[in-house]
Amino acid sequence: MEGMTGDPLDLLPELLLLLGAVGGLLLGLWTPQRRQARVRGLVVLAALASAAVAAVDLVGPDTSVYGGTWVLDTTTGVVRITVALATAAAVLLSATSLSGHPRETEAYVLMALGALGSVALAASGDLLMLVAAYLLASVPLYALAGFAKDVRGVEATLKYYLMGALVGALMLVGIAALVLAAGASGYPELTAALPRAPMPLVAVGVIGVLAGVGFKAGAVPVHFWVPDAIAGTTPSVAAFISTVPKLGAVAAASRLLAEPFSGIPLDVPLVVAIIAAASMTLGNLAAFRQTEVLRLLAYSTISQVGYLYMIVAVAARSDLAGPALAIYLAGYAVTNLGAFSAAAALPHATTLTDWAAAARGRPWLVLSLVVVLLGLVGTPPTAVFLGKVAVFSATADGGLGWLVVLAAINTVASLFYYLRWIAPAARGEPTTAAGQPATATRPAAVAHAPAVTLHAAAAGSLLLGVGAGVWLAVVTS
Amino acid sequence: MLLTVVILLPVLVAGVLLAVPRLPGRVASWTWVGTSAVDLALIGWMWWGYSRGSGTGAASGNGLVLAYDAKVRWIPTVDASYYVGVDGLSLPLIALTGVLFLAAAIYSLREPHRPRRYAALFLFLQTASLGTFAALDLILFFVFFDLSIVGMFFIIAGWGHGNRRRSALKFFLYTFLGSLALLVGIIGLFVGGEQRTFDMVALAADPPLTDSPVMGALVLLAIGLGFAVKTPLFPFHTWLPDAHTDAPAAGSAILAGVLLKLGTYGFARIAMPILPDAWQRWAMVVVVVGVISVVWGALVALAQTDVKRMVAYTSVNHMGLVMLGLGVAGMTAQADEQARTIATVGAVVQMVSHGLLTGALFLLTGVLWARGGTYDFHRWGGLARPAPVFAAAFGVAAFGSLGLPSLSAFIAEFQIFTGALQAAPVATVIAVAGIVITAALFLVAMQRLLGGDTVVPDADPRLPGADVGAPTPAAAHDRGPAHDHGPAHAHGPAAAHGHDHGHAVDVDEDRVRSAAVVTQSGDAAAPAPAPGPDRAPSSVGDLDRREVLAIVPLLVLSVLIGLFPRPLLDVVEQGAVTVVELVSR
Repeated sequence: MEGMTGDPLDLLPELLLLLGAVGGLLLGLWTPQRRQARVRGLVVLAALASAAVAAVDLVGPDTSVYGGTWVLDTTTGVVRITVALATAAAVLLSATSLSGHPRETEAYVLMALGALGSVALAASGDLLMLVAAYLLASVPLYALAGFAKDVRGVEATLKYYLMGALVGALMLVGIAALVLAAGASGYPELTAALPRAPMPLVAVGVIGVLAGVGFKAGAVPVHFWVPDAIAGTTPSVAAFISTVPKLGAVAAASRLLAEPFSGIPLDVPLVVAIIAAASMTLGNLAAFRQTEVLRLLAYSTISQVGYLYMIVAVAARSDLAGPALAIYLAGYAVTNLGAFSAAAALPHATTLTDWAAAARGRPWLVLSLVVVLLGLVGTPPTAVFLGKVAVFSATADGGLGWLVVLAAINTVASLFYYLRWIAPAARGEPTTAAGQPATATRPAAVAHAPAVTLHAAAAGSLLLGVGAGVWLAVVTS
Repeated sequence: MLLTVVILLPVLVAGVLLAVPRLPGRVASWTWVGTSAVDLALIGWMWWGYSRGSGTGAASGNGLVLAYDAKVRWIPTVDASYYVGVDGLSLPLIALTGVLFLAAAIYSLREPHRPRRYAALFLFLQTASLGTFAALDLILFFVFFDLSIVGMFFIIAGWGHGNRRRSALKFFLYTFLGSLALLVGIIGLFVGGEQRTFDMVALAADPPLTDSPVMGALVLLAIGLGFAVKTPLFPFHTWLPDAHTDAPAAGSAILAGVLLKLGTYGFARIAMPILPDAWQRWAMVVVVVGVISVVWGALVALAQTDVKRMVAYTSVNHMGLVMLGLGVAGMTAQADEQARTIATVGAVVQMVSHGLLTGALFLLTGVLWARGGTYDFHRWGGLARPAPVFAAAFGVAAFGSLGLPSLSAFIAEFQIFTGALQAAPVATVIAVAGIVITAALFLVAMQRLLGGDTVVPDADPRLPGADVGAPTPAAAHDRGPAHDHGPAHAHGPAAAHGHDHGHAVDVDEDRVRSAAVVTQSGDAAAPAPAPGPDRAPSSVGDLDRREVLAIVPLLVLSVLIGLFPRPLLDVVEQGAVTVVELVSR
């Protein structure tokens, strides 16, 4: 414990994100609508600077500042870097679809604020901080989800918002229960007090808090907003919604399991393991029948959260959990952004067959799609493969062998629906019933920025897979 | 370092092939041949060095004699590394891989269908196969193992014929399921070991899970499931015939010759040394599964009317023999060390021999497809007269496969049976019966294909100059059960398909397939034989130079191993002795 004060420079990465948000808003006010690309540039620069400072900060020892409410450790560092880079990528990805939009600046600002909320989730060392972070990570996203202001978007936003409000209330009840039980809200105090606190109160508290972070992560059973919110927006915004908040939420969940919930007599890891099992299984089962690109990816993210939650389940039990989280979060961020970039690259192709038809004659696009989707399956040598190896090892080490077997089965199952996208695209043939070449339906062109992001993500996924040792050496130094 | 070059050279060239735009197809094909030849030369050099004991010769751990080993840390937190090396077990298989890929390259020299990507995929696959055989780290092994599946999937899906998409998908899903089981097993080894490492040498030196037989058995089950699908063993073999039938000839040769060995090699490299207790305890199960595969593969092969499916099922039969040998190696109570070593040596030699002979057989069936677009026994006959070289090659390969003395398979099978007789007499007798069935079916196949009156499929739609895509005249279709879906029928939808590849008729099987027998003569993929003006219209061209160069060396090698097995046995015995020692702990 370092006392109530802290050096503001400890929060420099967050301040840079905030600067990007506020500065972008001000700059946007004074910029003509056609030139709002400069706001994009500012937000990207702020995010990149934030990532760079966060990388430098990793060298320092693990501490917590501002009275233990803000934890600076490896997990925070990993989330800071991945969130900032993912935000930069998502902003660049949006360049094509948002360019010239009347509310272009607002979108970038909301993204920067959402990213800040996500980092805050990961860094929270205090339940009250967690609530603030939850709101900061949620409210900007409600606005982003309905950004298009069309029917689907409005419906999705309403669903997202109502669910968020409900779960937020649950979370507050849970936090109240925990504070009541332990008499404190900081994680170290909770860790000490909760094992001796009244069980029913603690149980209510655990369920409420897990519901809150589960909602942000998009885990079963609070996942219902995910498909609608993702399918209701543009692919680039969906990329942000499905990547950035999850990073913070999973880190927050694993911190909760590793610290305040580690000593209590309830079998919280088992509860989390069941959530993980349900997420990966239900996400996969629902993804089988999807024909829309975005809905398929939405359910795929739910199943990915299942794998991420495996780490959460063993966060307190295995030394391997930390590195596993570092690899899988980074791998997931890169790969998932790549998959949504593929969707965004051909914005007029909403279904899988349309996408395949539109990708005809574009072998590099298809190649990158194959790399990214096989990456999501966990085929070597991509980043998610190493993430899965690390996660499976940590989970087996934590004594949850059944979950590893289930995850392996789910991985095979997931191959089915990713192949439903890969196969027609890789064949490069029209799959319309008439057998006609689908040239008539081909959209004008590939959206440039998403295509670049897709290729970068594919390359990044491979590089991170080969260079996982380097990444781990950097973050765990 | 040398080994790393051998492994990575093909994939680097593949990257160059893909990156250079507008590379002429012939240049790509020749580049492939050149790369495979260089790689094989380097492997030959490695072999020479190894047999003189001048590799780096690092004797490490518990008896594993490794050469050319190299280790680079990859993921320190879980102690995974890039760790490769060769020993007497892996070197013969690496050499086999080099030989078969060169044969496939030569055979595919005139591949008309996107030759650049075809070459790149095969080179990628070569790296994956070599890497799997050389890997000494479980994660590295798994990486290459899985990549081989991905590469083969695209080869079947992109260049196969018949119902290729379905077969490719089936192949992918089956073997991917197997590989995930393998991954679970690997993680079991990692977590079960004291030292928390993926290093095979370290794990073999200090086997994990020795004190918990249940966990050991479960981990062996997971690993065994993974390799059994790949090998394939009964009852996990059902993907094999489809994948083989619909793969292009070179792909089939690689699939049977190299990729199946990844499964049996995995047993010998991972399951036996690292889980010796469990392997001993369950050796009888391995033997039984092996023998069932022997008999089942032989019986089902006997019932086939399709040459390629028949050859595919004989692979199940031959791989079963390998498992018999490896299973016996674990029966420490029933057999002495010498017998177990002989059985293991036989198993490894059988892998090499099967790779050579079955590779040759699949390339020969590819020749049939190129000439007539069918593998159906009923539509070929009496080929000895018009195609003597083909007949001779097919005869040698068939006699080799049925275990005729003086060919490599005899050396292998003789040793397997000699070693197994002491430990598992009943199983051995049954397996010998399976060999008799195989002999019968190869003789029947030769009789049908080579003897009797000359029968060849009707006018080849892919004769040079023939208008591809145009419906073939359905004339003279009075032979065989294929009457109902002859070429004309098959071409109808294909012509309407509006295909954009300039040269080929890409029959969409989903529409026209109505029988189990593959009879379409419309698919493309293989080049037609050299146009001979003096060729009778319904005759069949003999092997051309390219095909001879691809196929005959495989058979020559098999004969050489059969006549002078010593150089191979010297190397294999070193590896086999080590494995038997490790598994007997």
